[in-house]
Amino acid sequence: MTSRRFNKLATRIGFWVLVAVVLIYAIFPFYYAVITSLKPSSELFSVSYWLDSLDFSNYAQIFSQSSFVRAIFNSILVSISVVAIALLLGITASYALGRVRFRGRTTVMLVVLGVSMFPQVAVLSGLFEVIRGLGLYNNPAGLILSYTIFTLPFTVWVLTTFMKQLPQELEEAAIMDGATPWVTITKVFLPLMWPAMATTGLLAFIAAWNEFLFALTFTLSDHQRTVPVAIALISGGSQHELPWGPIMAASVTVTVPLVVLVMIFQKRIVSGLTAGAVKG
Amino acid sequence: MTTTTPPSAPERVHPYRGTKVRRQRVRAAWTFLAPMLVTLALVAGWPLLRTFYFSLTDGTLSALGAANFIGLENYLVYDEGEWYGLLTDPMWWRSVWNTLFFAMVSVSLEVVFGVIVALILNAEFKGRMLVRAAVLIPWAIPTIVSAKMWAWMLNDQFGIINHLLMTLGLIDSPIAWTASTTYSMWAVIMVDVWKTIPFVALLALAALQMLPKDCFEAAEVDGIHPVRVFFKVTLPLITPALMVAVIFRLLDALRVFDVIYVLTSNASSTMTMSIYARQQLVEFQDVGYGSAASTLLFLIIALVTVAYLYLGRNQLQLGGD
Repeated sequence: MTSRRFNKLATRIGFWVLVAVVLIYAIFPFYYAVITSLKPSSELFSVSYWLDSLDFSNYAQIFSQSSFVRAIFNSILVSISVVAIALLLGITASYALGRVRFRGRTTVMLVVLGVSMFPQVAVLSGLFEVIRGLGLYNNPAGLILSYTIFTLPFTVWVLTTFMKQLPQELEEAAIMDGATPWVTITKVFLPLMWPAMATTGLLAFIAAWNEFLFALTFTLSDHQRTVPVAIALISGGSQHELPWGPIMAASVTVTVPLVVLVMIFQKRIVSGLTAGAVKG
Repeated sequence: MTTTTPPSAPERVHPYRGTKVRRQRVRAAWTFLAPMLVTLALVAGWPLLRTFYFSLTDGTLSALGAANFIGLENYLVYDEGEWYGLLTDPMWWRSVWNTLFFAMVSVSLEVVFGVIVALILNAEFKGRMLVRAAVLIPWAIPTIVSAKMWAWMLNDQFGIINHLLMTLGLIDSPIAWTASTTYSMWAVIMVDVWKTIPFVALLALAALQMLPKDCFEAAEVDGIHPVRVFFKVTLPLITPALMVAVIFRLLDALRVFDVIYVLTSNASSTMTMSIYARQQLVEFQDVGYGSAASTLLFLIIALVTVAYLYLGRNQLQLGGD
C-alpha cells in the first residue's frame, strides 16, 4: 500500500470514528433513559448498557397517578391553544409587517424583537400580578396567556420573513379585483403560507410543551400542572432516594412524541430555525 | 381600480401612495397589528413596568397591593453605619459571576463543537440524513427531561458516568457531580452544551451550505491543506452566521433557569441571576427585593443586546429593507 492510499484510508476511518462518536454522544443519554425506564426498580442500581428483559411496571405506576395523566392533558391543552393563538395573531401581524409599508413598521419590528429577548424572570412579578388580577392563577388559561410572550414574537418574526418572499403580483391581482386586505390574507396568502405556518406552529408547540419557569410559578396544585413541572417535582422519601424508574418513564413518555415530530418534520424545523435566525 | 399602477411597478416607488387603496391598506395594517400589540403589552410591556415599580417597593407575594414605595432601598441603603441592599449582597454578586461564567464557557464550547458537527454533516457520506436526524434529538428533548436524564447518569452512587470512569480507571472513587462545589457548575455546563450543540450546528450547517463551491475546489486543486482552508476561507465566511447563533445562545444562557433548578436546585455554587431572583420572589416571598434582582438582570441583558446590535449593525438588517 502506498503512503498516499494509506493516508486516504486513515482519513476515511478517522471520519467514520468521528461520526460514530457524534452519534453516540447525541443518542446515548436518551437511549439510557429508555432502558432505565424499562427496568424493574430492583435492577436499577446495577449499571448495564442494555436490557435483558422488558418490564413496564414504571409506566404502569406513572399512568396510575391521576395527576400525571392530568398533567399530560394540561400540557396538550396549553400547547395547542398557544399555537392557535400565536398563529392567528401572527399571520395577520405578519401580513401588515411583511406586505404593507407604513410609518412605524421598523419600530414595531424592533419591539417584537425586543420582547423576544426579555428574560422570563424579568416579567415574573408583574405577570404574576396580571394573572392573579384576571383570576387565572393556578389555571391553564394563565399559562396560555403568559406563553404568548415567547411564542408570539418568534412566530411574527418568522412568518414576516416568509410573507415577504411571496411574489408581489399575487397581491396586486387581488387588489385589482377589489379584494379587501382581509380577503387577500385568507384567500390569497393563507393557502401559500401553510408550510411556514406548520413550521412556526411546530416550533411554538415545542417551546410551550417544554416551558418550565412560568408553569412552576403560576400553578399550585398537582392537577393544574404541566408535564415538565410534574416531572421536576416527582420525589421520593428523601432527596437521596429519588424514584429514578418512574422519573425516566415519565421523561420518555413526554419526549417520544417530540422526537417523532422532530424526525418527521426535521426539514421544516431546520428551515424554520434558520429563517428565524439567519435572515433575522 | 383604475387608480392602481401597473403590476410590474416595483414596490419601492410607492405605487399606491396617497390613493384610496393605499390608505385602506395602512389602516388595515394597524387593525391587524392591534391584537398582537395589545397582547404583547399585556404579557410583556405592562408586567415589565410593574416589575420595575415593585423593585422600588417593599411588596410581598401575599400582599402585592399593600406595597409601599421605598425608593432605591432594595438596591442600596445606608442604615446605622452599614450598607445594605442587593448591591451589597455577596450572594447576588456570586450569582452574577456564575451566570457570566456559565454563559461564556457554555456558549464557547457550543460554538466549537457545533461547528465541528456542522462540518461533519456538510461532508457527503452515506446515511448523512440519518445522522442529521439523530443529532437533532438532544434539541427535541425538553430541558427538564434532559436535566433529569443527566442527573441520573451523573448520580454519584449508581450513575453510569462514574461507573464508566471507574471501569476505565480514570477515577478511584465516585464523584458527586451535582453536589460538589467543584464539579456542579461543570455538570450544568455539560448538560447545557449537550442540549444546544444541535442548534448551533444547524445554523452553522445552513451557512456552510450557502458557501460557493468553486473556491473550495480551487483550494483543493492548489493542494492547500484542509485545516488551512478552514481557518482562512470557511471560518471567516461563516462568521456572520455564527455571530447570530452566538447572540441567540448568549441571551438564552444569561437567563438560564430550568437546567440548573433541576440539577442543583438553589445551591450557591451554581446559583445564577434567574435562580436568585426567583428564590427571592417566590420562595422568600420578597417581591420588592426579587424584582430589584430581576430588573438588574433585565438591564444586563438589554446592555448585551444593545452592544451586539451596535457592533453588528452592518450585518443585521431589520426587516430586510
